Amino acid sequence: MSEFTGNEIIHQYLRHNKKFPHVLCPGCGHGIVLGSLIRSVHSLALPKDDVVLVAGIGCSGRLAVYVDFNTVHTTHGRALTFATGIKMANPKLKVICIMGDGDALSIGGNHLIHAARRNIGITALILNNNIYGMTGGQCSPTTPEGAWSMTSPFGQMEKSFDVVELGAAAGANFVARGTVFHIHNLDRIVTRAIERPGFNLVEIVSPCHTQFGRKNKYKSPVDMYRWIKKNATPLERYNELSEDQRAGKLPLGVFVERDVPGLEERYQALKEKLMEGAR
Amino acid sequence: MSANGKKKGRKALFAQGNEAVVEGALIAGCSFYAGYPITPSSEIMESMAQKLPSRPEGVFVQMEDEIGGLGAVIGASLAGRKAMTATSGPGFSLMQEHIGYACMVEAPLVLVNVMRGGPSTGLPTSPAQGDVQQARWGTHGDHPIIVLSASDVQECLEMTVTAFNMAEKYRTPVILLLDEITAHTREKIFVPPVEEFEIVNRTTPTMPPEWYKPYEETVRGVPPMPPLGSGYRFHVTGLSHDINGFPTSRPDEVVALMDRMHRKIDQFLYQVQIVREIECADCEVCVVAYGSVARSAELAVTQARGQGLKAGLLKLGTLFPFPRRALEKILGHSRAVIVPEMNMGQISREVKRVNNGRAQVRTVNRVDGQIITPDEILKAIKKV
Ligand SMILES: Cc1ncc(C[n+]2csc(CCOP(=O)(O)OP(=O)(O)O)c2C)c(N)n1
Ligand code: SF4
Repeated sequence: MSEFTGNEIIHQYLRHNKKFPHVLCPGCGHGIVLGSLIRSVHSLALPKDDVVLVAGIGCSGRLAVYVDFNTVHTTHGRALTFATGIKMANPKLKVICIMGDGDALSIGGNHLIHAARRNIGITALILNNNIYGMTGGQCSPTTPEGAWSMTSPFGQMEKSFDVVELGAAAGANFVARGTVFHIHNLDRIVTRAIERPGFNLVEIVSPCHTQFGRKNKYKSPVDMYRWIKKNATPLERYNELSEDQRAGKLPLGVFVERDVPGLEERYQALKEKLMEGAR
Repeated sequence: MSANGKKKGRKALFAQGNEAVVEGALIAGCSFYAGYPITPSSEIMESMAQKLPSRPEGVFVQMEDEIGGLGAVIGASLAGRKAMTATSGPGFSLMQEHIGYACMVEAPLVLVNVMRGGPSTGLPTSPAQGDVQQARWGTHGDHPIIVLSASDVQECLEMTVTAFNMAEKYRTPVILLLDEITAHTREKIFVPPVEEFEIVNRTTPTMPPEWYKPYEETVRGVPPMPPLGSGYRFHVTGLSHDINGFPTSRPDEVVALMDRMHRKIDQFLYQVQIVREIECADCEVCVVAYGSVARSAELAVTQARGQGLKAGLLKLGTLFPFPRRALEKILGHSRAVIVPEMNMGQISREVKRVNNGRAQVRTVNRVDGQIITPDEILKAIKKV
């Protein structure tokens, strides 16, 4: 670890020619994720030039503009497709994707399962706030059953996605869940996701108090963080609980860890074989 | 355009238009293909899948859909590659949001659309030219775009090289429209050696990274573009942005961006508007055509001349920006213009706009998936 701590590290990575303040609401979890991402990149001593941060559209998508990496703010739901092109074009780059839950699971759901299936060397961070934040609080594929949103004024009737199960089933190399309340744990998970080969998926529970909390019995950001604190359970402990005890609990930790090389690596191996044959 | 096909050192090839596109792309330096298969464009993808992996830099990825295909191509372009994708009607419709994104971030790339009958899944294996206005206006917002067409297999090869050159030179997506006849007809073509082509590569910055402003005004209106990861760190966004690439909604900055985006192409109209004039110098009746229809038109004009009629053909290589000057020159001495197209009249709109009531404008349209024959065009020439 370095001699810098906290803000000192962050300041080295923010864009000073970008006009602040940022667009996030006070109490939003997304800024904490950006901090975690920066600390992870820093602890891995990755040169800024080697990092490409690709973001979708949503409050989460806006994060890319503030950090001094190569940053690409793409279209809603398609960040992973751009990232695939970038990684395949230049496998030396560390490609990290930041997406919202609406972004990654709804409009971008197809791209997510195929990026995982392909197991391409990308780190995908899904910032799950259970709602469409930027567009004013419509329900997302992770809005819990019964929860209120602008488009489920009588309570969400559909079942929500479990990001972790989805990623694991689709074939991601590494699947983990963290929260913005458990920062040290989050830093460790994000660091691991960035350094590993293949497709690494991290669901990050990052509350949106403005659009979700306010209308769903969490009157303040603090209430939301209290909810996370109360229900978050390390995976090992969660696995020991009975079916009944698990209700409402949020298991955290690493769910899948495989070591399949990324698509770009396997593709490189094929190329070498073919070009050998041509010689 | 080069290649009359007679010189030495040229490889003869019996190929279809789709394969010629691939030959052209590889000559131009294309090293990245991503897409999703669809008739009648699939041979482009299949041929790329075969050829790219064994080339030193070549990358081929089959994506989950066309939106992903163009997204990956834009990503690869930002990472410094000459990249392309190909599709047909429904896939082209899906790509529209990303075409706008590519215009906005000024990503050079080539998109081939082998048009098929529509709307919707329409006529999958029949020729059509129904996507002309979609190519111009399919994505939202105002934006310049370069749309090219080719009418035979040799032209498919050469136009693809031209498409890449224009994309790189003007930092813009270039759309190449083909129809099924051009794409699937097999003909003998000549593949000139690479040295015979002028190959354009994008301008990369030479200043120190801390001086670089990614969307700064330049003499040509085209800012230099470094590959991602080369030490020039900047922000790319589809939002309206200032010269530093950061989002802005300040009217003066938004207007400056829009102005430059249009100007970088408008000030080079003479370079981007490719047309061929056949018997046009003294024509009284001018046929304006593109794609495989232009071949029928050429025969019709020859036959008309044989019968003593002063007919000519203005063959459009570039559809947009619409080659207004070339048409205006001919309108000066033509009493009638005939526009045959395999659609309900998508280029004839442009012709009528430029004509502005001067000459008689007649259209010959087919939307039944059938070819427009020389006879049909000859009949129209005789009628006016
Ligand atoms: C094609 C398209 N459809 C819809 C939108 C509108 N839109 C912008 S952000 C967004 C949802 C954002 O929610 P999420 O991805 O969960 O991110 P958050 O804002 O909550 O971080 C939507 C629907 C868009 N920009 N593009
Ligand atoms: S709307 Fe929600 S997600 Fe968006 S910035 Fe505010 S708190 Fe964060």
